Amino acid sequence: MNFIDNPRKLHSFEKNIRVEKVSRRSILKGLGITGGFVLAAPVMSRQAFAYETGAGKMPHGVVVDPRVFVAVAPDGIVSIVAHRSEMGTGVRTSLPLIVAEEMEADWSRVKVQQAHGDEVKFGNQDTDGSRSTRHYLIPMRQIGAAARTMLEQAAAKRWGVPATEVKAVNHEVVHSASGRKLGFGELAADAAKESVPSIEGLKLKDPKDFRYLTKGQIGIVDLHDITTGKAQYGADVRLPGMKYAVIARPPVTGGKLTSFDPDAALKVPGVEKVMQARGWPWPSKFQPLGGVAVIARNTGAAIKGRDALKLVWDDGANGKYDSVAYRKELEEASRKPGLVVRKEGDADAALKGADKVIVGEYYVPHLAHVAMEPPVAVADVKGDKAEIWAPVQSPGGTREDVAKTLGIPEENVTVNVTLLGGGFGRKSKCDYALEAALLSKELGAPVKVQWTREDDIHNGFLHTVSVERIEAGLDKSGKVIAWRHRSVAPSIASTFAAGTVHQAPFELGMGLVDMPFEIANISCENPEAAAFTRIGWFRSVSNIPRAFAVQSMVGEIANATGRDQKETLLALIGSPRIVKPAVKDLWNYGEPLDSYPIDTARLRKVVELVAEKGEWGRQVPKGHGLGIAVHRSFVSYIATIVEVAVDDKGKLTVPRVDTAIDCGTYVNPERIASQIEGAAIMGLSLAKYGEITFKDGKVQQKNFDDFQLVRIDESPLVTNVYIVPPASGTPPSGVGEPGVPPFAPALMNAIFAATGKRIRALPIGKQLEA
Amino acid sequence: MIKVKINGQEQSWDGDPNLPLLWFLRDEAGLTGTKFGCGQALCGACTVIVDKEAVRSCITSVNDVAGREVTTIEGLHPNGDHPVQKAWRQVNVPQCGFCQAGQIMQAAALLMDNPKPSHDQIREAMSGNICRCGCYQRIENAVHLASTGV
Repeated sequence: MNFIDNPRKLHSFEKNIRVEKVSRRSILKGLGITGGFVLAAPVMSRQAFAYETGAGKMPHGVVVDPRVFVAVAPDGIVSIVAHRSEMGTGVRTSLPLIVAEEMEADWSRVKVQQAHGDEVKFGNQDTDGSRSTRHYLIPMRQIGAAARTMLEQAAAKRWGVPATEVKAVNHEVVHSASGRKLGFGELAADAAKESVPSIEGLKLKDPKDFRYLTKGQIGIVDLHDITTGKAQYGADVRLPGMKYAVIARPPVTGGKLTSFDPDAALKVPGVEKVMQARGWPWPSKFQPLGGVAVIARNTGAAIKGRDALKLVWDDGANGKYDSVAYRKELEEASRKPGLVVRKEGDADAALKGADKVIVGEYYVPHLAHVAMEPPVAVADVKGDKAEIWAPVQSPGGTREDVAKTLGIPEENVTVNVTLLGGGFGRKSKCDYALEAALLSKELGAPVKVQWTREDDIHNGFLHTVSVERIEAGLDKSGKVIAWRHRSVAPSIASTFAAGTVHQAPFELGMGLVDMPFEIANISCENPEAAAFTRIGWFRSVSNIPRAFAVQSMVGEIANATGRDQKETLLALIGSPRIVKPAVKDLWNYGEPLDSYPIDTARLRKVVELVAEKGEWGRQVPKGHGLGIAVHRSFVSYIATIVEVAVDDKGKLTVPRVDTAIDCGTYVNPERIASQIEGAAIMGLSLAKYGEITFKDGKVQQKNFDDFQLVRIDESPLVTNVYIVPPASGTPPSGVGEPGVPPFAPALMNAIFAATGKRIRALPIGKQLEA
Repeated sequence: MIKVKINGQEQSWDGDPNLPLLWFLRDEAGLTGTKFGCGQALCGACTVIVDKEAVRSCITSVNDVAGREVTTIEGLHPNGDHPVQKAWRQVNVPQCGFCQAGQIMQAAALLMDNPKPSHDQIREAMSGNICRCGCYQRIENAVHLASTGV
């Protein structure tokens, strides 16, 4: 199957994976069911704002209805619905805060209520793709403004004055001419009777009057509960009569159970039952792998019982997967022409005629998400009704998949969204909730399915593995005149459709075909690569290997021409302009290019800002080095400077990191800083240690001893974050993911500056020790 | 029958004495503040204080704590106002928050042992606790703040 050459396949594929799905029909369906007014974002954006987003094209689009999202109680407590999942970005605080800001609610009297999975009611709930603020800033402001208007109208009627004379201020409505005031609680019943104002007529606050937005003074709503152990994550759900289950899954993707002996497991104290768990053949999207489930009175007993199982597996065709051999295959593929996915000028001829050609072959292995909370879900299935409690990034998708898997109507499925103990894309796939639903149905009792860390590492949806080969042709003056980038990596699409060998447009658009450099001759190619395990979204997705390759190559060009890294980078970015790659249907993170162009002025700006604030070019001690990298992803612009120190034994430390981000109009700078600080740690983890390897089809790592993460004693001493103040009307853009991609190449450029060693294959591992 | 004092309350267990304390706390006693992260004492998410020492409850059996006093995040302070908890909130440490109970218990144990740790001592003492979100800079600052008065 070839997604690039076959748009019909592409369409059905994207429908399946809930990326870029046009779902106007769902919006209409929503209109009928809620009885409220329901609009797609683009319609209203055109009316009131300077920009459009892709929000309306997401499954079920956007719902702008204060009656769905806001409730005011007679005691004045304002409840605001958070319809996206909280996995650490702060979205459960930030989106309701936008509503509160616009409706003039006092945040101390606001309660946040987590939405269950219901996209007809709430609009799209897929918390991924760094989309929440960029898709919901305006809708949430409109919801708040509509609620405020209804409260103002109610007060005006009560007083018999024109609505233009009253104004909501800090949780009450004021008639300044007479000095009268009514609290939101006192107006609640009347306001509910008011008709919902039309979106077009809403007057939004002047940003200079913001009390909360852009200030960064509000802590996350779960802060107290998190610090006292009361916050409820998926594993913390306890139901009367609930059973505890762990599952032994096939060690090889696509493998099947041949036989099992439950006797020893059944002798473990606390184990109640051993049963087969239903599985689906690979690939089958997010359906469970199947295996053998051990049911017990507590998780500890279930784990011990599983350890005692005797299991025989048929590994199937993927039993030959070997990551050392596969890397060689990818490298060989990268050295031959592949499917051309962007072509400008004649890169082949220009490379032949170049004065110098610099070649870099970069490797990024499979990575595992390892969110601190391993996958877990609770299900209670009774007859044709199912209730799920789970940490899922896709409450709506989970509802759909549970309904399909159990063969019951979607309306009969309730998905309660707990806090997520980290997500990073892993929890966009609801296989663990499906497992719990199937077991609960069979047992006739509520069940919690707990994945162990080993399960998480062995049976995940891994980040792809890739070889990125770049050839840069320079003329006599050192100017880059040709650029050929071949990207070879199994696609996420392989998890949905067997036989996938090319990257999907949304993967090509993550740092390959959207490459922003001003070069006359460009060829981007995508040679074939098959998948032998489940591939899935991992925070930042294909931007990780692409930024690693492209920005490392900038460092290599700087070295080859004897020029400064930053100056080389700015020269490659070239003039301030809008880049229009010669790519049919360029994927732009689902956003229209008019609102979210590839703007090199903004790219240059973050480089210049980080260079200034991060004191680029400063003297560093012997053994230290500075490296810089920039990358546009999730329609944000981010540049990072890393200072590294490498001692004579090759031990690496990071004294300082500086990052500048332009994410357009923003809501909560304090959470932006925390995301970027965390992205540096994740970037450092994947650069130093990140590698999942396969032998005989099986993942060779097990836990945090052999899939290591950076710990506090090796974390950067200082991470500084600078946020570019947005020009008025600049659309908001992503924050959760864009921080990761530039880190590793900035680190590699720094290591080169410190040691003269160019690391082209991740992880660093022992490469500096030689 | 094993007796163990958890957050000041006597509890008893007549099941498998080798059951990891983590699962006793979470599944049998209903104290879900203590988290499961790895099961191998590699990540620190399950850290509780036994007498005055931070231990990983995932590799500590119920039998190991027979007759001893276990403090979990729920029992660290009646109102959640232990200096470490207050510092955590002041510095806005958590992102997803899942590892934080373990981090806070580890930090509380550190300060019992060493009320004024240096930054290096903080980094060393906290190095058994993984945070995948990467809140380390703030964890270090919060422990320092807790040690100097919130």
